[in-house]
Amino acid sequence: MGFIIRRLLAALPVLFLVSVMVFMMLHMLPGDPATVILGDEATPEAIAALRTELGLDKPLLAQYLDWAGKVFQGNLGRSLLDRTPVTELILQRLPATAELIAGSFLVALAIALPSGIIAAARPNQAADHIGTAVSFIGMSIPHFWLGMMFIMFFAARLGWLPASGYVPFSADPSANLKAMIMPMVATGFRESAILMRMIRSSLLEVMNLDYIRTARAKGLSTRRVILGHALKNSLIPVVTTSGIMIASLLGGLVITESIFSIPGYGKLIIDAIFSRDYTTVQGAILVSAVIVVGINFIVDVLYTLIDPRIKLGKENN
Amino acid sequence: MGELFVDGETAASDTQAQVRRVSLAGSILRRFRKNHQAMLGLLIIAVLIAAALLADVIAPFDPVFAQDYEAILKDPGGKHLLGTDDLGRDTFSRLVYGARLTMLAAVIPVTIALLVGVPIGLFTGYVGGALDHWVIMRLVDALQAFPSLILALAMAAVLGGGFTNAMIAIGIGFLPAFIRITRAQTLAVKNLEYVQAARSIGATERRITLFHIFPNITATLLVQTTLAMATAIIAEAGLSYIGLGASPEQPSWGSMLRNAQSYLNTQPWLVVWPGLAISAVVLGFNLLGDGLRQALDPKANK
Repeated sequence: MGFIIRRLLAALPVLFLVSVMVFMMLHMLPGDPATVILGDEATPEAIAALRTELGLDKPLLAQYLDWAGKVFQGNLGRSLLDRTPVTELILQRLPATAELIAGSFLVALAIALPSGIIAAARPNQAADHIGTAVSFIGMSIPHFWLGMMFIMFFAARLGWLPASGYVPFSADPSANLKAMIMPMVATGFRESAILMRMIRSSLLEVMNLDYIRTARAKGLSTRRVILGHALKNSLIPVVTTSGIMIASLLGGLVITESIFSIPGYGKLIIDAIFSRDYTTVQGAILVSAVIVVGINFIVDVLYTLIDPRIKLGKENN
Repeated sequence: MGELFVDGETAASDTQAQVRRVSLAGSILRRFRKNHQAMLGLLIIAVLIAAALLADVIAPFDPVFAQDYEAILKDPGGKHLLGTDDLGRDTFSRLVYGARLTMLAAVIPVTIALLVGVPIGLFTGYVGGALDHWVIMRLVDALQAFPSLILALAMAAVLGGGFTNAMIAIGIGFLPAFIRITRAQTLAVKNLEYVQAARSIGATERRITLFHIFPNITATLLVQTTLAMATAIIAEAGLSYIGLGASPEQPSWGSMLRNAQSYLNTQPWLVVWPGLAISAVVLGFNLLGDGLRQALDPKANK
């Protein structure tokens, strides 16, 4: 429990700095933000009104405190485009992205877990070499290109799947999955390559430990040694990797969502950038960073729950 | 580099020539040369560099201005080896010239990360204390809280799109990793005996970090740099694909993919080539980086 509180406290300065960085974004625009947003043709009155709305007429520190206070209450301001509250926009867009992340992650796990185990069971043999080669290729193919190839093949040529046309899961689960399967596999394949290498090397490491030798000495089959004894321990570092992976998916899906026209979080950010809707950009980026900090926190806590040795190690320091 | 005597048991009767001296650098080089995957990676990168340097010689057409309106969206073959795009530009020529932007995309962000990140990492790791713990590392944490592509997008939003800004954005995205790695390595090395020895004979702090600690972390940085180049190429392609990197007329592989998006149904080859080129080059850097890691640390990955 003490660890959880200490870890929470450690996240506070990070969150503070994140908020300062996001806040400063608006002020790092070349020139006066209000003029940049509205363009050169805007009337002086319109610019003055926007300056007041964004609080640009106050001192910087007061602006930050104002902004941070509102953010703390869940108020991220309003979209400069259509006055929708940014929080509402984000909440609208999160489900599609969350589904993509979960799906891509499941795809990655479904490929990586068996192939990582098979590779580690017989290291440096044919299956391992093939697995390593495939994972190198998987890490090297840009996932957005793979997505385009999927569209070309499965949508344009074969006509099996729709190239775009997102439907919420709640509205029509089967249409939703049809639209989501290609982006999920395209993104998940790359992650599976990283995860597979991780599982393989972690499992190999555990297989050299004494307790595994004991299990082997008892005459257990390789299958039972791996599945019954080694796998559980070897998955500990995989938990951390998974956390990092979910965070990187949040960024990586930005492009996938554009390719498949999925109205997700990434698409929100890109559309906002192109339409100079800086309050939306700010809010969305802030929320993504907060999500990452949150995921890292959960991973660290999970880590100590799964492996009590880690907590001990920390306290000894 | 220190020298290791390998064949210690060499008979004393054979006075010379039998003692095989193997330097550390030599043994690393030998392991590296024997590593097939690293050699394959090196070969791919050599092809990329050759294409970038010799683009004027290799490419049969100008990548931007040679627009052949008689041959629009052509399949591969004939005058146009890999076909043409919607403006009748030769895909092969654009790919070859694209090698230049790809080289820049590999080198510039990593250079930014090295020039800024390594000194910070060395300093903060060596000096330590409150500045290290409360300021620099928390800033690194905060920077790392942004998913790297979102950070790049945020910077594109502020600085504006374009190839140069994309390079800067990707480079800044690399900073946390480079600072962390340099710092961790510095921490691991700074209390070793040879550093203490240097300190005891009165070497200045600057001399210790530059001449005693830094050389010992170059191996790790070399691996990190190579792998980061692979990431940078994908990131540049991604940003150009979205439209926040290279401009549409620039022959960047990412912007070629962006352009191809409109012809998924009509001219699939436009999608195939740039993607294959990106994948091959990224594979090259990944193979080389992993091979270097194995050569520099024989225990790794075994």
